[in-house]
Amino acid sequence: MQRRDFLSMMTATLAAAGLNGCSETLPEKIVPYVRPPEEVVPGKPLYFATAMPMAGYAMPLIAESNMGRPTKVDGNPEHPASLGAASAIAQASVWSLYDPDRSQTVTNDGRISTWESFVSALASPLAERSAAQGDGLSLLTGAITSPTLAWQLEMLLQKFPRAKWHAYEPVGCDNARAGSRLAFGNYVDSQYRFDRADAILSLDRDFLSHGPACLRHAKDFAARRRPGQPPNRLYVVESTPSITGAKADHRFPLRARDITTLAYLLGERLGVRAVSSPQEITPPTAVPWLDVLIRDLQEHKGTSLVLAGDEQPPAVHALVHAINAALGNIDNTVFYSEPVEARPVEHVESLKELVSDIAQGRVAILAIAGGNPAFTAPVDFQFSKLLESVPFRIRLGIYEDETSALCHWHIPEAHYLESWGDARAFDGTATILQPLINPLYRGKNASEFLSALIDQSPQTGYDIVRTFWKGRMGTDFETAWRRALHDGVVSGTTAQTRTVSLVPNFAVPAPLPGQGDVEVLFRPDPSIFDGSMANNPWLQELPKPITKLTWDNAALISPTTAERLELTNGDVVELRDGSYTLQAPVWISPGHANDSLTLHFGYGRTRAGQIGTGRGFNAYAIRTSGAPTIAHSSIRKTGARVPLASTQSHHAMEGRDPVRTIVAGSAVEHEGLSDASLYPPRPAADYAWGMSIDLSACIGCNACVVACQAENNIPYVGKSEVANGREMHWIRIDTYFDGGNENPDFLFQPVPCMHCENAPCELVCPVGATTHSVEGLNEQTYNRCVGTRYCSNNCPYKVRRFNFLQYADYETPTFKLLNNPDVTVRSRGVMEKCTYCVQRINHARITAEKEGRRIRDGEIVTACQATCPADAIVFGDISDPQSRVARLKAEPRDYRLLGELNTRPRTTYLSRLVNPHPDAPKENRRG
Amino acid sequence: MPQIFHRSFNTLSRVSIFGAVFILAAVATVIGQIVRSPHVTGAHVVVVQPVPFSHKHHVGGLGIDCRYCHTSVEDSAFAGLPPTKTCMNCHSQVWSDAPMLEPVRSSFREDKSIEWVRVNNLPDFVYFDHSIHLNKGVGCVTCHGQVDEMPLTWRENSLSMEWCLDCHRQPALFIRPRENVFDMHWEPPSDRAALGRQLIGEYKIATPRQLTNCSICHR
Repeated sequence: MQRRDFLSMMTATLAAAGLNGCSETLPEKIVPYVRPPEEVVPGKPLYFATAMPMAGYAMPLIAESNMGRPTKVDGNPEHPASLGAASAIAQASVWSLYDPDRSQTVTNDGRISTWESFVSALASPLAERSAAQGDGLSLLTGAITSPTLAWQLEMLLQKFPRAKWHAYEPVGCDNARAGSRLAFGNYVDSQYRFDRADAILSLDRDFLSHGPACLRHAKDFAARRRPGQPPNRLYVVESTPSITGAKADHRFPLRARDITTLAYLLGERLGVRAVSSPQEITPPTAVPWLDVLIRDLQEHKGTSLVLAGDEQPPAVHALVHAINAALGNIDNTVFYSEPVEARPVEHVESLKELVSDIAQGRVAILAIAGGNPAFTAPVDFQFSKLLESVPFRIRLGIYEDETSALCHWHIPEAHYLESWGDARAFDGTATILQPLINPLYRGKNASEFLSALIDQSPQTGYDIVRTFWKGRMGTDFETAWRRALHDGVVSGTTAQTRTVSLVPNFAVPAPLPGQGDVEVLFRPDPSIFDGSMANNPWLQELPKPITKLTWDNAALISPTTAERLELTNGDVVELRDGSYTLQAPVWISPGHANDSLTLHFGYGRTRAGQIGTGRGFNAYAIRTSGAPTIAHSSIRKTGARVPLASTQSHHAMEGRDPVRTIVAGSAVEHEGLSDASLYPPRPAADYAWGMSIDLSACIGCNACVVACQAENNIPYVGKSEVANGREMHWIRIDTYFDGGNENPDFLFQPVPCMHCENAPCELVCPVGATTHSVEGLNEQTYNRCVGTRYCSNNCPYKVRRFNFLQYADYETPTFKLLNNPDVTVRSRGVMEKCTYCVQRINHARITAEKEGRRIRDGEIVTACQATCPADAIVFGDISDPQSRVARLKAEPRDYRLLGELNTRPRTTYLSRLVNPHPDAPKENRRG
Repeated sequence: MPQIFHRSFNTLSRVSIFGAVFILAAVATVIGQIVRSPHVTGAHVVVVQPVPFSHKHHVGGLGIDCRYCHTSVEDSAFAGLPPTKTCMNCHSQVWSDAPMLEPVRSSFREDKSIEWVRVNNLPDFVYFDHSIHLNKGVGCVTCHGQVDEMPLTWRENSLSMEWCLDCHRQPALFIRPRENVFDMHWEPPSDRAALGRQLIGEYKIATPRQLTNCSICHR
């Protein structure tokens, strides 16, 4: 071919490509209802109260439905376990509803089948079991708090008296449960009142981010960290840096087994005679503020609170109960109630029973509802291998995962937004789960699944849950039922508190010494929990608190230990515990206890789906039933390396003060920066939007990040793009480590767009795509943006995000249902950033103007603000001096981030308040 | 060195430089006309629908109110398109066996929606709200034209941003009293601008400075 021909052909191709861009869009269709449902107004969302079951417990939610599509959830303000807050996992759960990797059909030995075939195939083996009084029928579920499921299981056990029901949660409260029996003789649930606690000691308990009560804890705790409230004081001894440790006034890192010893020591000092011979206790590394702590606890009898972490052995939990009793905290800051779980068991023990039954060939039918035991069971049970010896294996699961692969029948489970059901929260308050959409893949929920085992012909979830509650909701059932559905709370179901007393001659066994080079701690992953959320990219890409790692887990290790073992970030080590080995990359985590390693569950999935399969390492692979939370192992550097993607590589403040800290009670003056400018002042408008973020309240839990992602149709980008620094989150939580590597102060700072009044981005946009609204919003107009990225380069806060590639998914049909219809889906080549949820502002404005009034203070709630469990974010009109945000900005601790640049940000921060004990050594104080 | 160009090139180059200005202007004008033409905007182009529904007959002839079918127009961003049930309210009684209405009957019978083709369409990055426009005195006719005279429905205006801004920049020239927004034959007074100014005060209509903020429509 001639050069000339080649060029002319290239030109023709280019011209054709150009013309292609001009092609007309296809005419859009409008498809109205045939018979319209009564409540639907086209274009307006509906809201329904429901709850997300998480490890069995209800997370109460209000779910938003846009023309039949659930698009967003928020906490239920009426429910005591939420009070309006929702966690990052709950926020991300909407994505999982539309996950195309969910199992979409009933399968039998891997072949597509139907629910009806399953029910008929079940008939004869079930009849055999029925003849044997149910002998050989075993059921394995997760933790169950659902009153309806418990009732169904009771019926099942009546019909098959010799059948067995086992419950297993990989991340449970076995130790706490065993501890309560040691202390009180039977299982009880503890409930804490952080609003009443003045001095709090956490022994490795991450109460702000783990457990079914964490949202309530965060709410109550943060409320005591505001000026005007008597500040509480938090002491934390922990092995792995956690967000609870970050909020501590006094924190000290200790290995988990040293924390155990410390608990004994503390018991001795506080007058709890529980150990037969105190000489057996070797005191751990001296905690520098121990004397101050003990004095503080004793001075706050009845208003102090001591908590033990779920990883700590039962003896520590028992000791803590005794300590709280000695301090007079019981019935003041600690309450006890009957367990909320329908049948409280120690989960590892329960699974062990099942495993030994299977090993002895006593199980003929095994029905596994939920969970993923083939992946999560302790490794020494060899559950996967044993499972294959059961003659008839059935599985109900959202995904066709590791466990389903080993079962004869797999039934697709309905997502909670698709099912009728119920669940109880940590305090016992029940919520009716109501569906917002028909099951996308004809899934069945646990009730319907159990019904196939119990009833002649399986009933629907709706009938089952109504049958159960009929007669349990008072005389006027229909009214009470509608009330319960509307409120998301079934009244009168809160667990009653009960009085407890320590067993006579209370004593706990002395701690066992550990062996091995390093201590290994198993914890649930902060993002994907026990692995059940592994296929959720919103959670995978969510930077984990403190480490800021995405898409992977890593063995967390202290800088000193890393230096000793000559390890850097990403170096792979081999851990060996007996015959079990595991290879894992390390991540150096300042503030981690020395000679200790934290492994997070949930990764190393082999059948999670396109998102979750093959990421990270499987911590369950060396977790044994004997040491399910704290183990010991040898460690060896292998020389291999694994690249890890983190969103923040530098954690020092470098002498500047992006996060400011004030000791509670000290005098502060408002920084009072000059607003001098060469530009003429902007004329005032009806409203001036602004935001205040209270760093004293913020616990760095990440809920706002995912809430923003769900509200604003923010795409995920994948690990390699995160490694390129291209993550798209509109709000990020900057984390700073202040003061050395051993025990630094951890500082969180949520950073959305500052909506500067002198916005540097606006001046450099060559096409007028980013402009200033009269109400002070820094607007980004996607259809004008040509992608020069000048604005991003000129932004001192680095909050602008660019679509380097086509990140938004226009193709997958289900994801079209997920999008918020009020926010544009951005395409490649477009800059985007926080808009202060302008769609919510516009909605409120239109509503107010139609009603002929001004927008009320608090009427506009941004997505980040709505979900925040700590109420750290407040949005509103700063031109109204009476508005909540204006009053917060008038507080003397209000300051501007990088205020010296005179960008005059509309988002400002409230300095962090700390409350260290004045008698504690200077170097061990925060602030 | 010999002359490369003939002397006449001097004139030629002057003319072409001068002429280029006109040529560019002409090209710009032509492009401007094309993008505003019905070919591109779709204005005044009749859209073929599954049922040849006539607004002229239903609105002009029978005098049915807009809101009988477009029920959510006062409450929601979306005016709403009638469900088949609304058609059948009458057509189960009148013209109940007209062949033209078979798609309506089969929709009702088989519980399958009629797929209407959108006539007035905005790009996905534009967020228009019907309810607030009605509330501020923008009549149906102002944007949709004399729908009561359309035997088949077409788009009356270009719906381009330029066209939206015409009104957002000076609403006084376009608004009418609230009680007349659904009136297909409202006659503006001789001094419409004066009425407009009065209504702007009464209805608390925002200033053009605010109405032309990007985030009013784009988000």
